[in-house]
Amino acid sequence: MQKTLSEIIKAENLKKYFPVQKSFLEQMLARKASYVKAVDNVTFSIKKGEIFTLAGESGCGKTTTGRLVVRLLEPTSGKICFDGEDITKLRGEKLRMLRRKMQIIFQDPYASLNPRMRIGDSIGHPLEIYGMAKGKEKMKMVSEVLEKVGLTPPEQFIGLYPLNLSGGQRQRVALARSIILKPEFMIADEPVSMIDVSLRTTIIDLMLGFRKELGLTYLFVTHDLAVAKYISDRIAIMYLGKIVEMGNKEEIFSNPMHPYTQALLLAIPVPDPERKRKDVELKGEVPSAINVPSGCRFHTRCPKAEKTCAEKEPEMIPVSPSHFVACVQVEV
Amino acid sequence: MMEKKEMSETKVKRSILARLLPQLRSLSKRGPSGWMVIVGIVIVAVLVIMTAIAPWIAPRDPNRANVGPLRSPPSLQFPMGTTALGQDMFSRVLLGGSVMLQVSAISVFVCFLVGVPMGLFSSYVGGNLDKAISLVIDAVYAFPGLVIAIAIAAVLGPGVINMALSIAVVYIPSYFRIVRSQVLSIKELTYVEAARSIGAKWYTILLRYVLPNVVPSIVTVLTVNFADAVLTAAGLTFIGLGVSVDIPDWGYDLTKGRELLSSGGWWVITFPGIMIILLALGFTFIGEGLSELLNPKLED
Amino acid sequence: MPLLEVKSLTVDYRSSRGTVRAVEDVSFSLEKGETLGLAGESGSGKSTLGLSIIRLTPVPGRIVKGQIKIDGTDVLKLSEDRMRVIRGQKVAYIFQDPMTSLNPVKKIGAHFVELMQAHEPNTKKEDALERAKTVLNNLGILTERMNDYPHQFSGGMRQRIMIGLAIALNPVLVIADEPTTALDVIVQAKILDLLESLRKTYGMALILISHDLSIILERCDRIIVMYGSYIVEYADSTELYKNPIHPYTQGLLRSIPNIELADQKLSAIPGSPPNMLNPPKGCRFWPRCENTKIICKSKEPSLVNVGNNHFVRCFSPPEEGAKDIE
Repeated sequence: MQKTLSEIIKAENLKKYFPVQKSFLEQMLARKASYVKAVDNVTFSIKKGEIFTLAGESGCGKTTTGRLVVRLLEPTSGKICFDGEDITKLRGEKLRMLRRKMQIIFQDPYASLNPRMRIGDSIGHPLEIYGMAKGKEKMKMVSEVLEKVGLTPPEQFIGLYPLNLSGGQRQRVALARSIILKPEFMIADEPVSMIDVSLRTTIIDLMLGFRKELGLTYLFVTHDLAVAKYISDRIAIMYLGKIVEMGNKEEIFSNPMHPYTQALLLAIPVPDPERKRKDVELKGEVPSAINVPSGCRFHTRCPKAEKTCAEKEPEMIPVSPSHFVACVQVEV
Repeated sequence: MMEKKEMSETKVKRSILARLLPQLRSLSKRGPSGWMVIVGIVIVAVLVIMTAIAPWIAPRDPNRANVGPLRSPPSLQFPMGTTALGQDMFSRVLLGGSVMLQVSAISVFVCFLVGVPMGLFSSYVGGNLDKAISLVIDAVYAFPGLVIAIAIAAVLGPGVINMALSIAVVYIPSYFRIVRSQVLSIKELTYVEAARSIGAKWYTILLRYVLPNVVPSIVTVLTVNFADAVLTAAGLTFIGLGVSVDIPDWGYDLTKGRELLSSGGWWVITFPGIMIILLALGFTFIGEGLSELLNPKLED
Repeated sequence: MPLLEVKSLTVDYRSSRGTVRAVEDVSFSLEKGETLGLAGESGSGKSTLGLSIIRLTPVPGRIVKGQIKIDGTDVLKLSEDRMRVIRGQKVAYIFQDPMTSLNPVKKIGAHFVELMQAHEPNTKKEDALERAKTVLNNLGILTERMNDYPHQFSGGMRQRIMIGLAIALNPVLVIADEPTTALDVIVQAKILDLLESLRKTYGMALILISHDLSIILERCDRIIVMYGSYIVEYADSTELYKNPIHPYTQGLLRSIPNIELADQKLSAIPGSPPNMLNPPKGCRFWPRCENTKIICKSKEPSLVNVGNNHFVRCFSPPEEGAKDIE
């Protein structure tokens, strides 16, 4: 018996290529333009109410994918659907109406708040934009949401400027601003990586709480797999613009199939002095996204690489109904 | 009649002071740059007040000829001497700032009103429009300021507004360029992206997210602009492109004073000259001090 | 005799807004070949401590009190010239950001030559380059790349070069300040492995400074936990892990996700790090502590030896153990 939860986000064959800036001479000499293939044919879907994580190292394309899904960037090709509706080419007023339902929390709490806007105004601004509340009514809603994120008493914070707050507090303000419109979907782009370790759980717990309270769905973007394990329902591992493995949290962590996933998991530090570390058998470094390796992008570093790996790009093979791997060496 | 006017003016000045004093006090705590700003403000304020109340305290009609002996050096009766036409220099100096202050104020006002929105809009929109506008602006910027001012003033003719306009054209590029360079870096910042993500329209983003963060750099250009405008106005008058001769003006006296200098008369050029320098200096102090204070410094 | 002995080190920063005490009353020792981890969050003072050990406290910081003995010599009493000899030769420092720590207009080989000639002016260029080649080999960098410029290397490679420069003169102590913060997790693992193997080969002692308690627990023999400029706990890593006493340490351990545990419950430490311009009276941690007693709010606790080479600075340690789930 299968329970179908509705998909709130469906990304199909998303591509984002950034043209490389060339000098005049290079433009004359080169035969064709070169691109940074930041996101290259990425397909996934997110069910309502789940926390779906895009994980990978820097340069893998996870942040760009996140931006594409909320339409802060235009895809070079591909399709994005929100609640069944194709939003890839939305413009103008329709796009703005969509923004009410999709929000984003940024990585850097020191840069995501307007330094010249008071906290109360920053948080209340979305209400103004959509004409939802003004004046006293607006301030009442702002106070309510400030309490929800744990910045109490609200009156103390409303008149402050961001520079009066710590990083953790600023991130809570950013969270408050994102949820004041009660969105349906939220992208969290490394929301805790720039916050002190002892404060991270507060932010994470707040986010989990809002999932319950508002029925929020999350797309979580992170390089920290330990946090990903704590918070996610499903995880997709990205490498050089492609998804290499995707599955439930348990499947990925107890049965990683892709050699890259396996290496990643081995590399994660474990806070236990008595645990013996195993060596990460990965050679070399991440290749440039401009000259991607042929065939499977990972073959240049893979300990299990064979000749065929350099020739053909692997398809996503199901290991189980929910677990997929893009690797020809995997035995199903 | 005159006393009543004086009284209400003093009351206005007092209430302005009441609001300014706490600001000045906080400025004085900010170290040497804070003091620079205060000194600048004081100088400019004194000169402005002096010019404002001059009509009531000037001992004689500045334009009236033959109130005293011709070309006489400073004395008890005429503390700053007299001109070739026998006019009282002291009265002329008291009133002569009016034209200069008006011209620089109007030109800065026009400059600001044209240069800032143009810079904001052009750089935020970007693309070919931005490239085109920047090209034109850079061309104007490349010209020596005084040359443009002279050219335009010659075409427009004398008068306060015309002088102001010709000076304004010279300085619009400065505002444009500095606003543009600020906007180009600010619009890539995360909080601008955040504003887009909550659905703000482009003009809201410009007005509430970009502009307030550009203002500190504009303020410093503004004050230096004032200083420069003062000097350019003096220059224009000096070469005869200023206002008509029946308005007392420091720049005009500079010209006339130069003629007198050859025959040994130092007082007609010196006193207005000092005033001009003081005014320009005052604005420069404010500008320099503010740029020190407003530029973000790394905290320890 | 311990390799490094620090006694009651206190470092202040003086600014127009007041004096900030970044490091207060820090005492510890380090044996030859040992690894010491300095853990703490922003404002704890760990970076200042690391820099102060080699007298590189950034202006306007000043060492106001204390003693630092390297191999028996009190370095606070040395002249700047003699100190320079020690820096680089005896004690090497690896800075946090490999992107900006290398000279962009000098080739990699030239970096090594400059370093060696600074300490031994008679070194011939060829000899220096030979030594550089050996080091680069150990780092896994192809020796042909010695004529490349820093921007031609990735972040991970640059950090390896920094490490190479640090060990080139065979120091007895290396201080690594957040060496892997800017790096991805796989590169981080390899860099830390590299440091470990070099350490074993050359017998160096290592002070690893990081806000990431996971890597400190994994790779260090002894650990110092800093909070609000103080050492709040100081013990062997296994002892600290099994028996954390200070509520801050306990809170930290409870807030780090561990991928080897199933169904972990994480909890946060309430509140924020202290404002060091105006720190709380008494124990610096009491506003965030769930076990505060009256004495905590008025008196500052001192570092106490609770046995087993385990030191804690706390009047009222919580009784339960640190972890909820095992």
